[in-house]
Amino acid sequence: MIPDGFDYHEPETTAEAIELLEEHGDAETELLAGGHSLLPAMKSGLSSPDVLIDIGGIEELTGVTADGGTLTIGAMTSYSDVLDAEAAREHAPALTAAVEQVGDRQVRNRGTVGGNVAHADPASDLPGAVLVSDATMVVQGPDGERDVPAEEFYLGMYATDIGPDELLTRVEVPSAAGAVGTYVKRASPSSGYAMVGVAALLSVEDGAAETVRVGASGVMDRGVRLEGVEDALAGGSVDEETIEAAAARAGEGLDTALMMDDLRASGEFRAQLLEVYTERALAEANADLAAPAAD
Amino acid sequence: MTIDSMDPEEVDAADILGSAIERREDPALITGDAEYTDDIQRPGMAHMAVARSQYGHADLEGVDTSAAEEMEGVVATYTHEDLHGEDTPEGGSFSLPTGWLLDSLEQVDHPILADGRVRYQGDAIAVVVAEDRYTARDAAEAVSVDYGRRDAVTDPREALDEGAPALHGEDNVAFDWELGDSDATDEAFESASHTVSIDVENQLLVPNAMEPRAAVADYSPGSGELEVFMTSQNPHLHRLLMSGVIGHPEHKLRIKAPEVGGGFGSKIHHYADEALAAWIAKDLERPVKWTATRTETYVTDAQGRGHRTEAELAMDDDGRITGLRVDTKANLGAYLSTFAPAVPTWLYGTLLSGQYDIPAIHCSVTGAFTNVPPVDAYRGAGRPEASFVVERLAHLGAREVDMDPAEFRRLNFVPADEFPYETQVAVVYDSGDYEKPLDKALEMVDYDSFRERQEQAREEGRYLGIGFSCYIEACGLAPSELAGQLGAQAGLWESSLVRFHPSGTVTAFCGTSGHGQGHATTYAQIVANELGIPYDDVEVVEGDTDEIPHGMGTYGSRSAAVGGSSLVKSSEKLVEKAKEIAAHQLEADPDDIEFEAGEFRLAGAPDRSLGIKEVAEQSYLAHDMPEEMEPGLEATSFYDPDNFVFPFGTHVAVVEVDPDSGEIEFEQYAAVDDVGNQINPKIVEGQIHGGIAQGIGQALYEGAEYDENAQLLTGSMQDYAVPKTYHIPEMETDSTVTESPHNPLGVKGVGEAGTIAAPQAVVNAVADALEPFGVEGIEMPLTAERVWEATNGRATTDGGSPPGEGDDEGGEKR
Ligand SMILES: Cc1cc2nc3c(=O)[nH]c(=O)nc-3n(C[C@H](O)[C@H](O)[C@H](O)COP(=O)(O)OP(=O)(O)OC[C@H]3O[C@@H](n4cnc5c(N)ncnc54)[C@H](O)[C@@H]3O)c2cc1C
Repeated sequence: MIPDGFDYHEPETTAEAIELLEEHGDAETELLAGGHSLLPAMKSGLSSPDVLIDIGGIEELTGVTADGGTLTIGAMTSYSDVLDAEAAREHAPALTAAVEQVGDRQVRNRGTVGGNVAHADPASDLPGAVLVSDATMVVQGPDGERDVPAEEFYLGMYATDIGPDELLTRVEVPSAAGAVGTYVKRASPSSGYAMVGVAALLSVEDGAAETVRVGASGVMDRGVRLEGVEDALAGGSVDEETIEAAAARAGEGLDTALMMDDLRASGEFRAQLLEVYTERALAEANADLAAPAAD
Repeated sequence: MTIDSMDPEEVDAADILGSAIERREDPALITGDAEYTDDIQRPGMAHMAVARSQYGHADLEGVDTSAAEEMEGVVATYTHEDLHGEDTPEGGSFSLPTGWLLDSLEQVDHPILADGRVRYQGDAIAVVVAEDRYTARDAAEAVSVDYGRRDAVTDPREALDEGAPALHGEDNVAFDWELGDSDATDEAFESASHTVSIDVENQLLVPNAMEPRAAVADYSPGSGELEVFMTSQNPHLHRLLMSGVIGHPEHKLRIKAPEVGGGFGSKIHHYADEALAAWIAKDLERPVKWTATRTETYVTDAQGRGHRTEAELAMDDDGRITGLRVDTKANLGAYLSTFAPAVPTWLYGTLLSGQYDIPAIHCSVTGAFTNVPPVDAYRGAGRPEASFVVERLAHLGAREVDMDPAEFRRLNFVPADEFPYETQVAVVYDSGDYEKPLDKALEMVDYDSFRERQEQAREEGRYLGIGFSCYIEACGLAPSELAGQLGAQAGLWESSLVRFHPSGTVTAFCGTSGHGQGHATTYAQIVANELGIPYDDVEVVEGDTDEIPHGMGTYGSRSAAVGGSSLVKSSEKLVEKAKEIAAHQLEADPDDIEFEAGEFRLAGAPDRSLGIKEVAEQSYLAHDMPEEMEPGLEATSFYDPDNFVFPFGTHVAVVEVDPDSGEIEFEQYAAVDDVGNQINPKIVEGQIHGGIAQGIGQALYEGAEYDENAQLLTGSMQDYAVPKTYHIPEMETDSTVTESPHNPLGVKGVGEAGTIAAPQAVVNAVADALEPFGVEGIEMPLTAERVWEATNGRATTDGGSPPGEGDDEGGEKR
C-alpha cells in the first residue's frame, strides 16, 4: 500500500523527458502519465522504479486535433478530454466508443490514451480499438520520431515497441468519418477491466458493407483483429442473420490454447464471450447506422 | 415502496418512535468530520507494522529482525520469544482465547506471534515499531524469515480426509457436533414418498468493512491506565479478552471505539494486532498506532461461511415435508477465532427448520482446521448457511412433487396459530405469520402472470426465472442462561444507563456498539419516547468502557431487541423514581400520579402537574426530596431477554439469464420483511437494502479463492468482486409487522435479514430460469462462466437433458 522511495522529475518538454530517460538509462525508470496503472502497481509492490519522470504536465503532448483526414490525439490527453472533443467522435468513432467504457469517471479524468497504449495491458479497452481504427503510434527518442502502425506496436502482454529511451508522443488515426463505431465489453465484476471487449467500425453503401473492421481486447496477449468476422461481412448485406453468421467466426485464426486464461475467465469461456460480444458490437453498429444517434 | 426520510423537527413528539427520521449521524460521516481510529494522533506516537507469513503453512526455521532493527527510525522489534522471555512482565497469555466451547471442542493454542510455525498466509510472525508508518512498513518487510514449507489444505472436506496435512494435532477435526433426532429422521426418510438432495458449498467470504481494522494505544505510567482506541463492535468484550491476553488488569484498561466504519462481524473478534499494539504501547511507554492495509484485511480479517454441505429433504405424497437431514463440514480456518465454534453449530443447526413445520430434523457438523485465516461470524453468521440449505431444498422439493414453489412453501409453513412454535432443533419461535409476507411478495411480482410470461419467453428462446426465499432469522441470542448451556463464555444481556442532566437534557449510554447501524438516531427515538422529552434533547453514547456501565456489543442483530429494550428498562426505572419525586412535590400519593408525554399529573386534577425536566432539576437541587431518597436522576439496567427474536420474510428474485453469455439480469427483486415493530422504517429499509446487496454479492460475485499452497488468489478488490452499485438491482421493499411478544418494544432485528434472505432467492431464480436445460442449481458465486457451463451443450428447449450430460462438448452450439 505504500510504494518504495523514488526520485521524481517533472520535465516541461518532450525533449527534456527524453534527456532524462537517457540520463537515467541505468536506473529503473518509469514515465508517469495519468498514474492509473503505474501507481496501483507501485502501491502493491509490483513495480518499484527508482526514478519517475512525470510527463503528465508536458503541454505539447496533450490535445485532440483533426487535420487533413487524420485525427491526432496527444499521448497525454485524458480520456475525458477525448470524449469532450467533437472531432474524436466524428473521425475515430470506434476508439471514442472504447474510451467511453474505460473505468469510471475518476479514472477517465486522470488516465491518458498514451498511458493506456504504452502500458499494453491486454485487458484494457483500447488495444482492440486502436487496431480497428488503423491507428499509428508516433514514438520519439534521441534520434527523432518514428511511426509505428498499431499492428506492429504491441509485442505482447505489457510489451510494446517503445524503446527504453523513447516515449509515445501521439496517436494518429485516419478519419473514419461517416462510419459507425461501437465498443461493447464484458467487464470483470471485480476490476472492471475487459474479460472481452469488442470494437467495431462499420459503414454500409448501397446495402453492402463498405467498411468492416472488428477487433477485440482481453482475449489474447494483445489486441486482435477478427479477420474471419470482417471477411464474412465484407461487401455483403448487413442484417441479423449475416451478423450472427459472421460472429460465429470470431475465434477464427486465434489459437485457443493461447487465449487469456485466469481467475476471471477461462480461455474457453472467453472464446464464447468473444462470439457473443462480437455479435452485440455489430448489432449495435448496424442499429446505429439505421438510426443515427441524435446528438 | 421507498420510504421518505423525515426531518425530526417535523415529527410530533408522540410519534417519534416509529418515524422514519433522518439519521443524525450522517452529516459527520458524509463530510469527513467523523473521527475514526486512524484519525487519532497522540504526541510522540510510534507506528507498528506486522511481518506476516507469506505462506499458508510452514515451519519457522529462523526469524531475523536485525536488518529491521538497524534501519533508521525503527524503535523496536518483537518476536514470539520477546513475548515469552525471562524479563517479559508476567500475566499475559499472549494467546487468543476462544469465547465459545463445545463438548468435543479441540482447543488449540493461538499465539499472537507465531510460535515456530505459521498456519495461514498472514499469520503474524514479528512486529516492528518505528517513528513513522512508512518506516514501520519497510522494516516489517526487512524482517527475514526462513520457512520450511509444509503442505496446505483450504477446503474443509479435504482437510478431514485421511492423510490431509494436519494443522495442530493428528487430524484437523476441531469438533463433532450434532442436533436433532437422528432415529426419527432416519424413519422419516425410510417412509418418505419423495426425497431430494443437494451437495453444496457455501463459499468463504472476505468481510470487507470499509474501514480496515486499527488500534491506537496509549499507556500512562503514572496511573497505570492503558487506553486503547480500536475498531470494535464490542469494547467491553474486547477489554475482558485483551486484559487476559496482555496481562493488564481489566479495571485499568479502557477500550474506546470511535466511529467504526462497518464490521459485518469482523470487528467482534479479538485479533493479535490490537493486543500487540496495546501491549507494546505499555512496554515502550509510548503511544502506538497500527492500521491494517487493505491487503492485510484480506489475509487477516476473520472470513465468513465456508461450508460444504450434503442435505436431503423427505416429503410425503402431498408434498408435506417429513424430514430433513444435514451434514456439514465447516471451515474454521487455522485457529479458533473468538466465537468460531458457535457459528456453524448453534447459530446454524437451530435455524434448519426454516419457516416450516418439519417433524424430524437431524444435523451433524464437523468443524475443520484449514490453512485459511480463522473463520468466524460474518453478517448472518450461520443463519444464511441454514436458510440457504433449507430454501434450496424447498426449491427442489417443490419440483420433485410437482408443486408450485410458492404453494409448496405455504403448505409447509408453521401455521400462524401455532406460535410460540417449538422446532425440532432446540428453539422456540416467538411469533410469526409467514403467509403474509409471501402473499405480499407474490402480489409485488405479479406472480399470477409471471408463469405465463415465462412460458412465452421460453418460446422466444429467452429464459426468465423466479426464485423464492422464505427465510427465518434469529437475533439477540438469549437468555444468558441458555447461552451458557450452549457454551458461551459470556452472558448475552445488555446494559444501559439513562441519565438526566440538571438542565433537562439526557444522555443515554448503551453497551452495544454501533458501527453504521444508526443507533444514535434510533436509541434517541426510544429514549425520547419513553421520557416524553424532545428527541434533540437525547444524546446517545456507545463504545467506551469507562463511560458505559457494561455491555456485550453489536452483532447478531441484537442491538434493538436487547440494547433498545435495556434502554426502555432504564428509562422505566428513571421514570419510576421521577414519579416519586413528582408525587412528593405535588403532595400526592405516587399511585395517583399518571405519566404521559413527559408530564406527571395527579389523576383527576389535571392542573396539578410537573414536567419530567422540572423533576430532573429538582432531583439535582435535592432541596425537597422524598424521605430517604438519593438525589439525582439516572438509572441503569441489565436486560436479559427471555428468548431470541425470530424475524422472517419472503424475498423473490426475478431474473433473465442469457445462456450464451452466462449473464444474469434482474428484472425485479422484491423483499417483504417482518422484523417486528420498526423504530425507524427508513433505517430498517437501509439495513434491508445493504443486506440484500451483500447477499447478492455472495450469490453472484464474491468468494475467497486459494491455490493449493493456501495462497489467497482473490487478495484485493481487483480480484475479489465486492459488488458495485451497478451490480445491484433496484429493490422493492415492503414489510409486515408481527410483534415480538417478549420484549418491551415488540421489535425483532433487521441487521442481517437481507444477507440471510438474498442468496437463495437469486440461486433459485437462476435455477428456475434454466430448468429447460436440466439445471438444478449452480454453485455460488454464479459467475457468468459457471452459468454458461451449466447450460453449455444442453441448449434444448424441450425440457432439457439430465444434468451431467453434454459436459464435454465444446463451446460451439449455435
Ligand atoms: C480503478 C481503475 C479502473 C480502471 N479501469 C480500466 C478499464 O476499465 N479499462 C481500461 O482500459 N483501463 C482501466 N484502468 C487503467 C487506466 O485506463 C489507466 O489510466 C491506463 O491503463 C494507463 O494510463 P495512465 O495515463 O494512467 O498511465 P500510467 O499509469 O501513468 O502509466 C502506465 C505505464 O505506461 C507508461 N507510459 C505512460 N505514458 C507513456 C508514454 N507517453 N510513453 C511511453 N510510456 C508511457 C508508464 O511508464 C507506465 O509504465 C483503470 C484504472 C483504475 C485505477
